[in-house]
Amino acid sequence: MTNLEKYTKAFEETFNITAEQTKGLEYQAISEWDSVGHMSLIAALEDAFDIMMDTDDIIDFSSFEKGKEILAKYDVDVK
Amino acid sequence: MINYDEILKLSPFSLGKDEKQKFLTESLLSLTQHHYNNCETYKNMMYAINFDAKKVNSYYDIPFIPVSLFKELELRSINKDEIFKVMTSSGTTGQSVSKIYLDRKTASYQQKTLVNIVSQFTGSARLPMLIIDSPSVIKNRAMFSARGAGILGFSIFGKDKTYALNDDMSINVSAIEQFLEKHKNEKILLFGFTFMIWQHFYKELLKLDKKFDLSNGILIHGGGWKKLVSEAVSHNEFKNRLESLCGLNDIHDYYGMVEQTGCVYMACEHGHLHASVFSDVITRDAIDLSPCEFGKPGIVQVVSVLPESYPGHSLLTEDEGVILGEDDCPCGRLGKYFKINGRLKNAEIRGCSDTYASKF
Repeated sequence: MTNLEKYTKAFEETFNITAEQTKGLEYQAISEWDSVGHMSLIAALEDAFDIMMDTDDIIDFSSFEKGKEILAKYDVDVK
Repeated sequence: MINYDEILKLSPFSLGKDEKQKFLTESLLSLTQHHYNNCETYKNMMYAINFDAKKVNSYYDIPFIPVSLFKELELRSINKDEIFKVMTSSGTTGQSVSKIYLDRKTASYQQKTLVNIVSQFTGSARLPMLIIDSPSVIKNRAMFSARGAGILGFSIFGKDKTYALNDDMSINVSAIEQFLEKHKNEKILLFGFTFMIWQHFYKELLKLDKKFDLSNGILIHGGGWKKLVSEAVSHNEFKNRLESLCGLNDIHDYYGMVEQTGCVYMACEHGHLHASVFSDVITRDAIDLSPCEFGKPGIVQVVSVLPESYPGHSLLTEDEGVILGEDDCPCGRLGKYFKINGRLKNAEIRGCSDTYASKF
């Protein structure tokens, strides 16, 4: 599985949505991605890539696209 | 306008009295002006008291509004379509709740400020986290209480989050055992509300004659002492009992409220609550509302540089407190340090721990 597939899958499974719906998705745009869902998403991504994000990055993780930039900091290339 | 990205580079306990006074006066005056221009109700209030910004020499002169006003009025300085989140206060059944309107910007800086302050105590690494509450608190997302918001806000400091209580508030011994086994020899973070910890954790462990080794733990707790005061449990006794039962010796109480989320006041190792550079406390005389001298109990006023989406930068609370000193706490942190005596008489019961405890 590519990193992009893993990344997308974390969104799909956490929020129970399709890969199609992840495109351009932003924090709070769907009811599942609220502050509770956010922490679940972070946990899912940390498991998937075996990383631990800094608190500031958790706060800045505001969209599907922004998350890719943030993961790059942890040497996870999701392009 | 305030440049929050710049401000948040400040170390939270790094400014001495004069510097902090200058910083807060400038920031809070600019917020007063901002809310005057953007919140009609606030403007009317300032108009009614003949507020004149030119007469402000220090942030002590900036008007405060009673915290209860957020229950009665829709106070916001943003348009309806900019509302990102509405936070509500804890309140017992039948009480009206405060409504705090946040836009994305204010919500994000609240969270960043919380991180800035609390990481001074927990360290910057996220720690395995044991939450002394039941998972049901954050299950009902539509009715998000201050208790759930507190848990969520603090859960950013944790990883591998585990709940120590079941949905019916009974203690989940096996979950705790598994958690401790998994994180043996690691520093762990424990978080909860004071009364829940006392009633459902400490007392239950005593009853079950069960001991856990939590000597690697740091406990952060808050939400009100009212019920414990009535059971005659002091801060010291709370600490001592937890230490003797589970070796927990790094315990920090905090004071904060949903109306000024982000600016928490953390207790240091000497048990003193500390104001960070982002906020301050002033105690006021109950009769004429003039500032009290240090050491004299008064009504607590809180100011914070964070509230931009709602006019909550200067609030008179319903708590009584005492300022113990400024810049000279033995822990070395600069700024005022204080203690909270409790709620003013006849004030409503609130606080995440207290509203829950009123059922007992």
